[in-house]
Amino acid sequence: MSDSDRHINFKLMRDHILSLQDAEAPRTGKKYWRSLEELADTPEFREFVAREFPQQAEGWNDPLERRTFIKLMGASLALAGMSGCVFQPPEKIVPYVNQPEEHVPGKPLFFATAMPLLGVATPILVRSNEGRPTKIEGNPDHPNNQPLDFPAEDPYRDPRGSSATDIFSQAAILDLYDPDRSQTITYREDIRTWTQFVGAMRSALDEQRGKQGAGLRFLTETIISPSLGAQLNELRQAFPQAKWHQWEPSNRDNRYVLGGPVNTTYRFDLAQRVLSIDSDFLSAMPGTLRYAREFFARRRVSEANREMNRLYVIEPTPSNTGACADHTWTVKPSEIESIVRELAADSRQGLSQYPWLEPLMRDLEQHRGSSIVVAGDNQPALIHGLVHSLNNKLGNVGKTVFYTEPLEVNPVNQRQSLQELVDDLDAGRVDLLVIIGGNPVHSTPIDQKLDLTRLEKAKLRVHLSEYKDETSELCHWHVPAAHFLETWGDTRSFDGTVTIMQPLIEPLHEGKSAHELLAVFSDQYDRKPYDIVKGYWQSQQTGNADFEKWWRQSIHDGFIPNSALPTKTVSIPTLQSEPSPSTAGGYELVFRTDPSIYDGRFANNGWLQELPRPLTKVTWDNVAIVSPNTAQQIAGITTNRGAVKGREHYVPLIDVTSPQGATLRAPMWIMPGQPDGVITVQLGYGRRLAGQVGGNPDGPPIGFDAYKIRTAFEPWFVKGVQARNTGQEYALATTQLHFNLEDPNFSHEPRDIVRSQTLQDFLHSGSQGDHPTHDRGVTPEHPSIYPEYDYKNQAENAPNYAWGMALDLNNCIGCNACTIACQSENNIPIVGKTEVIRSREMHWIRVDTYYQGDSPSMPEGTSFMPVPCMHCEKAPCEPVCPVHATVHSAEGLNDMVYNRCVGTKYCSNNCPYKVRRFNFFLYQDWDEPLYQLRRNPDVSVRSRGVMEKCTYCVQRIQNAKIQAELENRRVGDGEIVTACQAVCPTDVIVFGDINDPQSRVSRLKADQRNYSLLGELNTQPRTTYLSHLKNPNPEITPETTGVAGTAEHG
Amino acid sequence: MAEEPQKPYMEGPMHSTTPVIDPGLTFASVTDKISSIVLKRKTSLAWFFGFAISFALFQLMLLAITNLVFVGIGLWGVNVPVAWGVDILNFVWWIGIGHAGTLISAILLLLRQRWRTSINRFAEAMTLFAVAQAGMYPVFHLGRPWLMYWLFPYPNTMGIWPQFRSPLMWDVFAVSTYATVSAMFWFVGLIPDFATLRDRARSKPFQILYGALAMGWRGSARHWHRYEMAYLLLAGLATPLVLSVHTIVSFDFAVGIIPGWHATIFPPYFVAGAIYAGFAMVLLLTIPLRRFYGLEGFITMRHMHNMAKVMLATGLIVGYGYIIEAFFGWYSGNKYERFMIWNRMNGPYNLYYWALILCNIIAPQFLWSKKVRSNLVALWIISFIVSIGMWLERFVIVVTSLHRDYLPSSWGMYQPTVWDWSMFIGTIGFFFTLLFLFIRFLPMISIFEMRTILPSAEVEE
Repeated sequence: MSDSDRHINFKLMRDHILSLQDAEAPRTGKKYWRSLEELADTPEFREFVAREFPQQAEGWNDPLERRTFIKLMGASLALAGMSGCVFQPPEKIVPYVNQPEEHVPGKPLFFATAMPLLGVATPILVRSNEGRPTKIEGNPDHPNNQPLDFPAEDPYRDPRGSSATDIFSQAAILDLYDPDRSQTITYREDIRTWTQFVGAMRSALDEQRGKQGAGLRFLTETIISPSLGAQLNELRQAFPQAKWHQWEPSNRDNRYVLGGPVNTTYRFDLAQRVLSIDSDFLSAMPGTLRYAREFFARRRVSEANREMNRLYVIEPTPSNTGACADHTWTVKPSEIESIVRELAADSRQGLSQYPWLEPLMRDLEQHRGSSIVVAGDNQPALIHGLVHSLNNKLGNVGKTVFYTEPLEVNPVNQRQSLQELVDDLDAGRVDLLVIIGGNPVHSTPIDQKLDLTRLEKAKLRVHLSEYKDETSELCHWHVPAAHFLETWGDTRSFDGTVTIMQPLIEPLHEGKSAHELLAVFSDQYDRKPYDIVKGYWQSQQTGNADFEKWWRQSIHDGFIPNSALPTKTVSIPTLQSEPSPSTAGGYELVFRTDPSIYDGRFANNGWLQELPRPLTKVTWDNVAIVSPNTAQQIAGITTNRGAVKGREHYVPLIDVTSPQGATLRAPMWIMPGQPDGVITVQLGYGRRLAGQVGGNPDGPPIGFDAYKIRTAFEPWFVKGVQARNTGQEYALATTQLHFNLEDPNFSHEPRDIVRSQTLQDFLHSGSQGDHPTHDRGVTPEHPSIYPEYDYKNQAENAPNYAWGMALDLNNCIGCNACTIACQSENNIPIVGKTEVIRSREMHWIRVDTYYQGDSPSMPEGTSFMPVPCMHCEKAPCEPVCPVHATVHSAEGLNDMVYNRCVGTKYCSNNCPYKVRRFNFFLYQDWDEPLYQLRRNPDVSVRSRGVMEKCTYCVQRIQNAKIQAELENRRVGDGEIVTACQAVCPTDVIVFGDINDPQSRVSRLKADQRNYSLLGELNTQPRTTYLSHLKNPNPEITPETTGVAGTAEHG
Repeated sequence: MAEEPQKPYMEGPMHSTTPVIDPGLTFASVTDKISSIVLKRKTSLAWFFGFAISFALFQLMLLAITNLVFVGIGLWGVNVPVAWGVDILNFVWWIGIGHAGTLISAILLLLRQRWRTSINRFAEAMTLFAVAQAGMYPVFHLGRPWLMYWLFPYPNTMGIWPQFRSPLMWDVFAVSTYATVSAMFWFVGLIPDFATLRDRARSKPFQILYGALAMGWRGSARHWHRYEMAYLLLAGLATPLVLSVHTIVSFDFAVGIIPGWHATIFPPYFVAGAIYAGFAMVLLLTIPLRRFYGLEGFITMRHMHNMAKVMLATGLIVGYGYIIEAFFGWYSGNKYERFMIWNRMNGPYNLYYWALILCNIIAPQFLWSKKVRSNLVALWIISFIVSIGMWLERFVIVVTSLHRDYLPSSWGMYQPTVWDWSMFIGTIGFFFTLLFLFIRFLPMISIFEMRTILPSAEVEE
């Protein structure tokens, strides 16, 4: 080594040592993160992300695969690190000099915005921890969520607004951080910049300018956003020949019958009798959260209120609303028309085929002005027309049923709109097709399919979407869309109330909003979404002197006051139409959007994929639902249980052939209550390019694509369908095995699980609920050899809380919102289909579904039962843990100490409620940085080999206690709201201090309907249930019911 | 070794006068015959063959455990509701097998059943090896096996004791005590024989090895006096353990709240089952070994008959247990209990239940017949069936109770995976590996004790 070299080395070393000294303080503990970020920027990693991610087939679906994937990823990072093999350069981290306003480190902030689905807003409040949105709940200040009137003494009265939310808006937080989201603009698969995109669009637009945009087409989903609509309308003025098409697969075309577009809203809290014609208004319809809340406000039986409303449901396939009804008739879709005609007829001639129609109609007529007839969005326009006139006849219009202007900026018949686009494409009239949102290549019906041959006729195609999906694949340009939590926007809720949507975070990737994309086609092509939205509202508020204040207030509150659309009167025509032709041979097919992944847009959302569907409990798949009799015809079986033991998860695959000859291969699922001869399939599955979770080319398909046999003219119901058993079998992942109805022993010796009775029985014979043994003051009937827990053992002057929960089964609609809320709040992982098949799902709160009655084809009723941890006073799990990993807290919580758990699983075995969940593998993805952003910082992320379970949201309890202690007071009632309770649209779950006799939970537990689940085991659960009540029409007896089933509980 | 003429006590039916040892043997020939297996006889090809297979399976176990520790317990078929499966089942099965040894050694010693002498060494070794297999399961069935030491009450900075209410905690004490006492008992009993081997070994390494193990045994009267005292004390200590270990193992289930577990009959029923399984395993191994090493003179038909009778008796107790379980299912009037019995008989795992009845109740009834007891092939087959039956019994108890308990919404199914089986087969391999090493390097029959039961020994008394 020469001297000069030595000198250089010496200098390098010295520099290095100096730099280390300089960086001493921030180095500890931070180094790992810093290096990860750095490594993430290496070309290897970029390439890896770009290439490996979408190709890792089934990564989420199979835990073993996922593991190798994580290993690969780890290896890649390690290799990237090795290539450098130098000390990390020192980086200084600096604390806030000026702390952002209102920001206290460790304390979350909440921002109001809205989640649009079908264009319609669900008002939400988003929790933000250190700038990361982490949890979505409903916005309690929003007019839709205003508290309902209850008498002050009513235990149900909750003075706060509801923070109810549906599963879709809650799960949106996972979509935001989905690593599969598209991250860059591409042109024919090559990465491009936004500037290049704008340039390309401007030049394409220049060509159009000469012909007034004759070759310019926009295809959007339903547009309710006023500002976006205004932009589109401006565009149409600038290019008079350009066309704007709207289409989405679950459109509500059928509602437009009243001589023009009209929006119908309901006041269920004013209705005493409700008849639903295939309307799932409790769980799947715009406004459903409000409607469910209003509807159940009329069903709460307490000391103060001894009356209930009554719900009749006529539907072609079981739904959540049908499950909650007092009378449910499931009939063939083709029968509905004659039933509704008979109902709407002025006079009934002769004996009806449906003997229950007479008493039903009489009951409705006795409640003129306080009843509602509501038709499902899927029902044909004719039914809607008849229902409008029925409501008119019953005097409900203006009292419980209201009409307003439509929510949409430009309401169109979407089927026609798409047809026009298809015609133009076929005729070669389209030069530039801009598809904003949606995935029409996947979801368009077969006769209007936007496939490659059709799309190729448009010279230039642009697609804005969050994922690089089937449509992006066939478009030249793909622009990644910003998530709704990343950008500005506005939308309306079901009654028209406007929410200005604010971003919670800068776009994580290069996402652009629809506003930004549309601006490219206007003169001000570089306007930001903020300016566009604000500019629009400024133009609307010209009379407002203090616009700035109004703007800030509206954003803060999450709504614009009094912006609900005014009601209007419409003339309701009497429909004169010929009855539709009677049924052709074969089966009838019903299309439904999937309860979890909707029309397919949530296919890559693991929470939703793994969410058990309310009635089938199937996860990760869609199924062809049939009745036991139909199953007998098709496949020769009447139960879902596989013929071979050990293959219980396997069901037959059947081929369903539409009258057009298109065939679909689907797993057959037998559902109690499904009418004979009807097959129900859910849309949205069979995605080819959804992502790691929802299906991609390298993995097996997830579910089947029901769009393949859907036509535009029969979008929801098809007659004359053929079905054939293929002889093959398919494994379905269900969380609740289907033994319930099949085991003769089970049905002959009913277990005391869900208590249900009729209102009449309840009022006359008292309750079935037991007397409050949960009260610790009462000596238990069965003494235990272990001493009572000493609750006095709290700190001196401790406030002496005793946490408890009451669940009112009367209100549960099985919507699963609680399950998703819990998953989001408590960082619960998803485990994939294979693991669900092995019964290893991780949900801390599950919604069990039970059917009543002996006949699998005609259950007498359906009950939902949410089951969180019972937090037993005498918890069977506690004494069996050899290491004290699950212990009783001084406030009665059954605490789980993850760090102490060695994983004997004895506690789970000994839990009679089986609410404990075990990390059989490392289910959490520890390496994905995006998931690290999403997690709730207040909840530990569990590793492999430990047990976990519901904690009653102990982090929320502690937060409230700390706050109360600071203010030197007791925690007030209602101050602690568990995650499941917060989002429940119908207030099933009430949590609080049972040492406070005035708390809502104490008053509910004192109700005579209160009972402990499996109370005879002397577990003394802190979670108790209030029994289920039904209010059947006494005039409708099994005799008058005829062939169809009844929800009456015997 | 020359083929010896057929003698009535070696094969065929037994008479009450059948001796427990070939009366033609002398002090010298006993020592010669037994020690020659270890010292003189050329290791047979069959031994190598058997050892190779066992050792290969042992490697499979190591692979299964390595994979389990690195990937997770999810490799097995366990789930919620069936969070214990083949793992705990095998634990109970192996522990059960490990019962015969101590019973034969300790209880029969105290009862002065002299016939035990020729089988006790072997049975004790089997016990020890079976307990070693059993001991692995509670460790590796943990979600985080590296933390298993938390189950021991050791002083720690966290200031936490284990939970003394937990039956798993009791298990830790019961099994570790049992393993310790069994090992001591076995080793103490071996000391005089180690000295014999030391004196007879011709190669230096073996002289040193056996010499070290003999711990300076010289056979003085004082030594013998001390030895007898120690052995008797250990026997006294071990006796309650025979009853306690499986009683406590049964508490794992009986303390639980699950129908099918929560039963007061469990302790005696489990102990009887353990002895049943243990004797079946002793027979299963003794019959071929005796034949292979020509030990008919030491292990006579009297032994076979006695063991068969113990099996029959304990089998009947186990059968009584099944009947009582079913009876209480019905008699209790508890719908969950009733369903549990119904589900065992008719549910998805009913084949296991009926196979269990066949194996454990029907099959041993043939042992009433002297002819069957005298037919070693039949005896071996029945022992084999009983071993399977006892495995099935534990499957029925562990799995069918858990898979459908209180809330039908949580019912599930359980299917062992390839890793469950690998571990199980691997433990069998490990067991036989140890056993092959034992019969090759240690006297499988107690030399000095055999000498005491020779007729010539009695004359001197």
